[in-house]
Amino acid sequence: MTEEVRAESLAPAAREMTVSDEVMIQMIDVHKWFGQFHVLKDINLTVNKGERIVICGPSGSGKSTLIRCLNRLEEHQKGQIIVEGVELTNDLKHIEQIRREVGMVFQHFNLFPHLSVLENVALAPIWVRKMPRAEAEELGMQYLERVKIPEQARKYPGQLSGGQQQRVAIARSLCMNPKIMLFDEPTSALDPEMIKEVLDVMIELAQEGMTMLCVTHEMGFAKTVANRVIFMDGGEIIEQNEPGEFFGNAQHERTKLFLSQILAH
Amino acid sequence: MHYSPGTHPDLPAPASTVGVRGWLVHNLFSTPLNVGLTLISLYLLYVAIPPIVEWVITDATWRGETREDCDRLGACWVYIRVWFKQLMYGRFPDDQLWRINTAYIVLLLAAIPLFLPAFRHKHWVGLFLLVVYPVFAFVMFYGDTAGLELVETPLWGGLFLTLVIAVTGIVASLPIGIVLALGRRSQMPIVRALCVAFIELWRGVPLITVLFMSSVMFPLFMPEGVNFDKLLRALVGVMLFSAAYMAEVVRGGLQAIPKGQFEAAQALGLSYWRMMVLIVLPQALKIVIPGIVNTFIGLFKDTTLVLIIGLFDFLGMAQAVATNPDWLGFYVEGYVFVGFGFWIFCFGMSRYSQRLERKLHTGH
Ligand SMILES: Nc1ncnc2c1ncn2[C@@H]1O[C@H](COP(=O)(O)OP(=O)(O)OP(=O)(O)O)[C@@H](O)[C@H]1O
Ligand SMILES: [Mg+2]
Repeated sequence: MTEEVRAESLAPAAREMTVSDEVMIQMIDVHKWFGQFHVLKDINLTVNKGERIVICGPSGSGKSTLIRCLNRLEEHQKGQIIVEGVELTNDLKHIEQIRREVGMVFQHFNLFPHLSVLENVALAPIWVRKMPRAEAEELGMQYLERVKIPEQARKYPGQLSGGQQQRVAIARSLCMNPKIMLFDEPTSALDPEMIKEVLDVMIELAQEGMTMLCVTHEMGFAKTVANRVIFMDGGEIIEQNEPGEFFGNAQHERTKLFLSQILAH
Repeated sequence: MHYSPGTHPDLPAPASTVGVRGWLVHNLFSTPLNVGLTLISLYLLYVAIPPIVEWVITDATWRGETREDCDRLGACWVYIRVWFKQLMYGRFPDDQLWRINTAYIVLLLAAIPLFLPAFRHKHWVGLFLLVVYPVFAFVMFYGDTAGLELVETPLWGGLFLTLVIAVTGIVASLPIGIVLALGRRSQMPIVRALCVAFIELWRGVPLITVLFMSSVMFPLFMPEGVNFDKLLRALVGVMLFSAAYMAEVVRGGLQAIPKGQFEAAQALGLSYWRMMVLIVLPQALKIVIPGIVNTFIGLFKDTTLVLIIGLFDFLGMAQAVATNPDWLGFYVEGYVFVGFGFWIFCFGMSRYSQRLERKLHTGH
């Protein structure tokens, strides 16, 4: 089964997903530098509740940096970032408050190797949400069931396949009951046969109305699940559109070039 | 033999690659050079071992009370028997030795659960050993409260004193070292500068100098009449000295933790200290267990340097009793015994650390 076939079969479900008017994320004139290197240039982006946004662009264009600014893994130097009505500044209280509400999934999973799968997922509820251990573990099991690996709960991350690890990482984020999920190339480190199991979990999440920002090269996923695709190059948002227009009728030369390269193979 | 595809059974490995014969061939006789080395080693063992066994066991004197009983060629273990109490406890009063022994026994009993895999409340035992036990041990050793008579620290000595200094240094150096290592990697410039200065200062001077300073120079800077116990000063010196070493060992572990671990912990909303205590330190310390134990072992043996400021530890006591007019010249027995004593403790630490490493291995 190819990407395209799966994309078609899921298309109806995707269209049912609704977007509300409530603003979840606002980036206003955001700039960021790494030393002298201007990595994000004048980023303006508003994300409403329930939106599924896919960010694509060539390597080094600043995609990771952009979403990492949203939970302060990177600091921006100019402009405003407001997440759920709270502005990200140096105030640690605000940062921790926002991190509690924003989940993040990394390319390399970043599970805690010294803790079992169940301990991985229950850790944040226990120590950040102050939930009793038994309750947190029950919650953890629920989410492990949702990503379809409850039987791995007692194992350590090092004993799981890449796809399983990434699903644990998603469950770990979901345990904090986040309002927004950020994904940074969640399938790029996976073998082809494992990509589907992770994408399926993400598609389910989208159908449940999760607000998602996803950096990915999975164009099939973008076509079915996203309601907006953003193209970045050289630290700028070059163009954004709903997937049909974006893939069928790109406005900018650079976008067309990028799409021709990525869709060629 | 040919099998059709998909039906090939598992066959046993060739006999020369497995079992005792495989091991011998592979490890001792694999090449002409290896054969030569094996034969030379066997010859050296043949030459060296019998004389050692004769001196230590078969020709040694085990019974008797005085040096006149030692008329044989081998070691005179009577010497160790006669001075055993001094070697173990220094000049601690005879009728008070039960206090040290009680503290030893309590320590052993409390430590046993740590070796039982099935025991679930290890953290309580750890808390007892780290918080309650030091107070208990201090009261037992020093006295002056709870109806125990005062035993001044100059009377402390022998293996007992070695253990007091080493255990204090070991127990204190790890937490102080961790704090220093975290400080050295801190984002706050002042904290970082202070930690770097502390570490480099203490690492840059020999322990002997530290001990000299603590015992000779320190009193000069103190106002008239203020006098800290000499042992206490040495303890503080050893503690801070080994903490500086420990800090660098721990920093090595911190540096080995991938950035992704910090980021994942932060993204979940963990605060700095939770991230460190729950995620980073458990992994970092596990990586550097060999380095930590190495430092512990070094510290344990370095405690012998307290001899130069007039504290008589295990080795110091062995040297002191060898100057007794009735027993002049029995240095060798003393040194062998002390060396063996040190080896037991250091080897024990090494084994425990290997056990710990195996236990903490989670397949990554
Ligand atoms: N910590 C850092 N210090 C300095 N430069 C950095 C740092 N992190 C990223 N960069 C640079 O910033 C630019 C954007 O990086 P970023 O990781 O956001 O790109 P990306 O679009 O995610 O690329 P990729 O598809 O390869 O992941 C790159 O040129 C990168 O070299
Ligand atoms: Mg990236």
